[in-house]
Amino acid sequence: MFTEIATDPGAPTVTIVFEGREIATRAGATVAAALLAAGELHFRDTPVGAERRGPYCLMGVCFDCLVEIDGEPNRQACMATVRDGMRVERQRGAAGIGP
Amino acid sequence: MKADAIVIGGGMVGAALAYGLRRQGLDTLMLDEGDVAFRAARGNFGLVWVQSKGFDCPEYAAWTRRSADLWPDFSDEIEELTGTGLQHQRPGGLHVCLSGAEFEDRTRQMRDLSERSGGAFRYEMLERRALDNLVPGLGPDVVGGSYSPLDGHANPLYLLRGLHAGFRALGGRVRLDARVTAIRRTGATYRLETGTGKLEAPKLVIAAGLGTKPLAAMLGMTAPIDPVRGQILVTERARPFLGMPLTWVRQTGEGSIMIGESREEVGFDDGTRWQVQARIADRARRIFPFLERARIVRTWGALRPYTPDGLPIYDRPPDGADAVVASCHSGVTLAAVHAGVLAPAIAEGRLPDDVGGLGTGRFHVH
Repeated sequence: MFTEIATDPGAPTVTIVFEGREIATRAGATVAAALLAAGELHFRDTPVGAERRGPYCLMGVCFDCLVEIDGEPNRQACMATVRDGMRVERQRGAAGIGP
Repeated sequence: MKADAIVIGGGMVGAALAYGLRRQGLDTLMLDEGDVAFRAARGNFGLVWVQSKGFDCPEYAAWTRRSADLWPDFSDEIEELTGTGLQHQRPGGLHVCLSGAEFEDRTRQMRDLSERSGGAFRYEMLERRALDNLVPGLGPDVVGGSYSPLDGHANPLYLLRGLHAGFRALGGRVRLDARVTAIRRTGATYRLETGTGKLEAPKLVIAAGLGTKPLAAMLGMTAPIDPVRGQILVTERARPFLGMPLTWVRQTGEGSIMIGESREEVGFDDGTRWQVQARIADRARRIFPFLERARIVRTWGALRPYTPDGLPIYDRPPDGADAVVASCHSGVTLAAVHAGVLAPAIAEGRLPDDVGGLGTGRFHVH
């Protein structure tokens, strides 16, 4: 599993909520890093085959780390920075963008 | 290397014709230039579309209808042969009008198209209220539109893959990176020089998209085919909401929303410009305001092989030899008729009567 390397030990702790679970992390971390450090690997279910997926590239390219952040679907967890109180849910299938 | 027939071009037109020729039993060799080619067949929107084709050319309109009618069986055939489903659906298609003037123009165009087809082109003009029953979420700017039950759509990349896989499954041979540098004819035999060797066959098909013009010239034919760029936007996947394709908006089998279209004459530049994309996105937002919430995940430009009158070219050389030049900018829509009607005629050394008026003679000014 992943181990956190504290690059900035002085950074304040923030708490996000993933699928109802409170996860403590540090300010400045990406959502993907915070979830991986907390042992969460299942970020989304694919739209067509409903298969489990998690982060792959961690640099904004692969779109495999999609989650819903504060109600907004299809956010790339690797490109979003944590904020205290942020609510993160798995992206289950395609986003409900339509009418 | 020898074959019964050589098809120059591995795109949507070349692959459909090669597949159709092999299906007729000809030992067929399909040549693909490689990734240096402009590859219109990798940039398609994916409509199998009738209601905007051939306003001034009943022959082209009928050819298009014939292909759309052949598509369901054609799609099943490719899927059975290769296991590649083409996601073809024919729920009908919609062209929406964003002003009263557009609606009036469309009404006239559809009436003319239907009259000139002797009623074979079926459609309905729908006022806004009727549209709301067909498609949800239309914006306030939509005043009405035309619906035709003949329209549909498919996945163009699966189509290309299916044609190639089908051709190979039937025993067709493919040469990649085979740019043709010279064509000579000795008696009844065409001899081709390529970067990777010499090839010969008694029958030759040139269906090379934007590469067609110089190749046709080697047969003494003038094929005025030049690039017209189109740009497409693709959104993230969304839950299915759109049951039928629109002229400029369709939802794919996987849920992505594809948004087109544009026309630019910019030579051999297949890039993109944000100014054009902004106009495309704005029109889509006027049709479906909720698309504002959709993220664009990909955009591209692709070059259509375009003729001065926008119609296809099907022609044979003036010396009476057994060659055909075929080019169009609706390779998806016409794939079924290319494989099922044009190719069998070419196998017999002729062109179908359906396309007798689509030769290059129409461009010659006397």
